Amino acid sequence: MSLLDYFKSDKKVNTAATAKERLQIIVAHQRGERDAPDYFPQMKHEIIEVIRKYVNVGPDQISVQLDQNDEKLSVLELNVTLPDP
Amino acid sequence: MTQIIVVTSGKGGVGKTTSSAAIATGLALKGHRTVVIDFDIGLRNLDLIMGCERRVVYDFVNVINGEANLNQALIKDKRCDKLYILPASQTRDKNALTQEGVGKVLSLLAEQFEYIICDSPAGIENGAMMALYYADLAIVTTNPEVSSVRDSDRIVGMLQSKSRRAEQGLEPVKELLLLTRYAPERVSSGEMLSVVDVEEILAIPLLGVIPESQSVLKASNSGVPVILDQESDAGIAYSDSVARLLGEELPFRFITEEKKGFLKRIFGN
Repeated sequence: MSLLDYFKSDKKVNTAATAKERLQIIVAHQRGERDAPDYFPQMKHEIIEVIRKYVNVGPDQISVQLDQNDEKLSVLELNVTLPDP
Repeated sequence: MTQIIVVTSGKGGVGKTTSSAAIATGLALKGHRTVVIDFDIGLRNLDLIMGCERRVVYDFVNVINGEANLNQALIKDKRCDKLYILPASQTRDKNALTQEGVGKVLSLLAEQFEYIICDSPAGIENGAMMALYYADLAIVTTNPEVSSVRDSDRIVGMLQSKSRRAEQGLEPVKELLLLTRYAPERVSSGEMLSVVDVEEILAIPLLGVIPESQSVLKASNSGVPVILDQESDAGIAYSDSVARLLGEELPFRFITEEKKGFLKRIFGN
């Protein structure tokens, strides 16, 4: 290790902040699926597969989300970013 | 009125058994008749942590199957006369615990104990689900580390949907956070999630913070619950947690970095 590295490593990288940020995202996602019915993951998977049969999009360009608006109403939200034709 | 408490986490190795042993012992020391049950069928270890491994004759599954009666299987703790241990079976049969069988044993225990502590196995398989099913209160044991926090959040979800209280539409299981293996000096250097971070992510009330401590390994080596070591910070932190469980309001200790004195800096601990 050079002397220069020694000074560089003195700079603290706050990995805890990164951990918190990543956790907040994944936990929010997990909670979104917590109240979903048991068939939801399978249905989501199949919807994505059907879209990908016709349009060439990556899995990260499709989002399928179930939102509970109130007691009686759940909304299934489907967002697809289509590539330029 | 008996209270059934599950010590759970999702992730393994975060301190469920250590915490179950410490909290059960702490409740008994405060004068409450307490039993602690090992739900980790096939991989029992609570007996080792409690130091009664050589006194196991019958176990939880024997009682469920009617091969032994409850009093034959219960092991009376040698240090604390209000404390009993119900060891897990070493059978490899995953389905040895049935909802009906567990319910039957718990209601028998409720006749003679004030607190029933259920030491859950890791994971979300049958054993873990059985441990949390009948709970009135859950102690969610978590390390300040990403995989543990994520798994704890999963378990919180299960408590809210898969427990008896959830299924029967009763008042929900009360969930409390027990943060273990906490290292304040790593928190201040930005290497570890803080108490506040974990509380904010999991959004459940804090029961206690147990500092990372060498006394925990020493205690398990000798089969003495760490709460009996009142010289150690971990032991004191568990005592505080038990007091909070019983309704006392205490400030949280060991969550800020200890300032090292001049001599300590030179000679170490």
